[in-house]
Amino acid sequence: MADKIETHTLSVLVDNEPGVLARVIGLFSGRGYNIESLTVAEVDASRHLSRITLVTSGTPMVIEQIKAQLDRLVPVHAVRDLTTEGPHVAREMALIKVVGSGEKRVESLRIADIFRARAVDSTIESFVFEMTGSPEKIDAFVNLMRPLGLVDVSRTGVVAISRGAKAI
Amino acid sequence: MATATQAPATAAEMTGAEVILKALADQGVEVVFGYPGGAVLPIYDAMFKSNYVRHILVRHEQAAVHAAEGYARSTGKVGVVLVTSGPGATNAVTGLTDALMDSVPVVCLTGQVATHLIGNDAFQEADTTGITRPCTKHNYLVKDSNALARTIHEAFHVAKSGRPGPVVIDLPKDIQLAKSPYVAPEEVEHKTYRPRRTPDPQAIEQAVEMIAKAKRPLFYCGGGVVNAGPKAGELLTQFVRMTGCPVTLTLMGLGTVPASDPLFLGMVGMHGMYESNMAMHDCDLMINIGARFDDRVTGKLAAFAPNSKKIHVDIDPSSINKNVRVDLPVVGDAGEVLAALIAQWKKKKAKIDDAALAKWWDQIKKWQARDCLRYKASKTIIKPQYALERLHALTKEYEPYITTEVGQHQMWAAQFMKFERPMQWMTSGGLGTMGYGLPAAIGAQVAHPDRLCIDVAGEASILMNIQEMSTAVQYRLPVKVFILNNQWMGMVRQWQELIHGGRYSESYTEALPDFVKLADAFGGVGLRATKPSEVDDVIKEMIKVKKPVIVDCAVDQKENCFPMIPSGAAHNEMLLGPEDQASKKTSDEGLALV
Repeated sequence: MADKIETHTLSVLVDNEPGVLARVIGLFSGRGYNIESLTVAEVDASRHLSRITLVTSGTPMVIEQIKAQLDRLVPVHAVRDLTTEGPHVAREMALIKVVGSGEKRVESLRIADIFRARAVDSTIESFVFEMTGSPEKIDAFVNLMRPLGLVDVSRTGVVAISRGAKAI
Repeated sequence: MATATQAPATAAEMTGAEVILKALADQGVEVVFGYPGGAVLPIYDAMFKSNYVRHILVRHEQAAVHAAEGYARSTGKVGVVLVTSGPGATNAVTGLTDALMDSVPVVCLTGQVATHLIGNDAFQEADTTGITRPCTKHNYLVKDSNALARTIHEAFHVAKSGRPGPVVIDLPKDIQLAKSPYVAPEEVEHKTYRPRRTPDPQAIEQAVEMIAKAKRPLFYCGGGVVNAGPKAGELLTQFVRMTGCPVTLTLMGLGTVPASDPLFLGMVGMHGMYESNMAMHDCDLMINIGARFDDRVTGKLAAFAPNSKKIHVDIDPSSINKNVRVDLPVVGDAGEVLAALIAQWKKKKAKIDDAALAKWWDQIKKWQARDCLRYKASKTIIKPQYALERLHALTKEYEPYITTEVGQHQMWAAQFMKFERPMQWMTSGGLGTMGYGLPAAIGAQVAHPDRLCIDVAGEASILMNIQEMSTAVQYRLPVKVFILNNQWMGMVRQWQELIHGGRYSESYTEALPDFVKLADAFGGVGLRATKPSEVDDVIKEMIKVKKPVIVDCAVDQKENCFPMIPSGAAHNEMLLGPEDQASKKTSDEGLALV
């Protein structure tokens, strides 16, 4: 098929019950879909609701399938395709550990400042930077840190929400 | 979370096991197919002390699920299964997968080790919800007695609504023993699960416009119409007659339009009728109701109905645009959609152009004239087609329930047994489960004790669940097993002949049992036919005997099932008979397909 591969960000509202994440992940592995990132946390304790933000890629037909398949899981309340349903905000958080001394150490701090990353831990020989932004911004920062002593990266994956007054 | 022992004081003094049985009774369950074991003993004990439901003791848990499927598909009710933990649950997995693929409503109760033991590799422990997650529509592990009754009611709702399917409820033994509150089904409503049944009126208007404008229309309908209930089949027949369009049915949909209706072209697909497949290839409008563009139907996707617009009616939105892109999706229950289509058709006084339709039928008649089910008759050897023609001719007045195993005999049965109404035909379509037919026939017979229930079988398939003869004998269920015995795994042999250069690797069964003696050993009746002249007498005798019967019908070992769309080929590249098979070579692409 000549169809182009597209990347879509989906918001999925689910019952916060045991096994629900396994159902979502099992659906993706069982049917051969891609997961580029997945984040999940409870968003409404009184109604036991969790929200999954999922970044996936595929042809338009596959993306439609993914949404339909997610929607038919019994504990899934709502599936929204943020990529097609108007503008949205997508953010990711990362913790980035850089080890070094001398000029490299100073340089890493300087770049962190430009990227508005905060040092949340520091020793004589290391920093842990915390930064929030689009995945591309984090990629750029991580790449700049590489020659400056990058040793560890931990990323949350994307969380996203639609712009404007409308809710899921 | 509240633990089992902290049930509220208002709870009636019932144990979990009693609650389970009461919930089943309140759901209208009359019969449960099951097999006891350590982790379900409290339920069996409660069953001993009550008579809420009838229990049919099977001989293998896989058969319990297939029997529940046969019961469900022949009645339209939910089939219920009760098995123990560990091996009980894992044995049920094939049946559950079968029910998922063919959208059969089944609720399967599995025992589980006590909650405090879960995860400890206890005796007969298995991660049942983990194992069955991909092969059920939904599953539950009940860890709180307060949720027990509600979970059972919810499971029935999920199993039967929308696109039906199997639901597992895993029940730890301590939950079965603890006091547990009861809630009635009316008090339980699922938070969110409410599949759409009523179609979008705009889509209906558009569909009617498209049908009225078509020049070469074809209805292509399947199991979704069966699942929508007998009324849906009547509406389909009515609508097809109103439009004058030809209609073809999938393996799962047989019977929704009477086989005797002149508008019915026969089954579609890999071993479907020549005229159905050609019509599908050449149509300009395909109206798919309750079928899912399965690969057995579409053949080569790139060459599938290349010049057609497609309407797809399905209750499951994920079935739409999965394999084949359609022009008009309609989400809804097949029955409701058909009622809406009929109303709109009448309202608009819609009509298809007579001349165009007549021309289309002329073409179809030419295809029909090929007489694609023709076979070479023999006076000395029983042709499998002949055996089934006679079986149909001699049993049709009884309107039998027919089940099958999987393979050549299944396809021949689909071709030669003609169905005038839905829910009389039960076969493993999606999963293709050998061993399905006998337990499914038992399930159908339990539901319809006075009717004729026949499992059309092959000698290989039947051995996969032959132990269920014992169940049939125990409950005096006079099921008939009609074996087309060619001593080969016929469909495997056919593919090896057509595709693998005649290298018959492991497809011949040596040391088959003597099926007549086997029937006798089980306490049933065995009959044998080895010559065409014996077939009628054997069938008549089979019908007459009010006991489980095995008929061993020795058929031509070399016969292949035609017509056939070879793997990877298009609808207009059918093989019509042995004379065709040498001239056409399977493509490399086709070789990789199942």
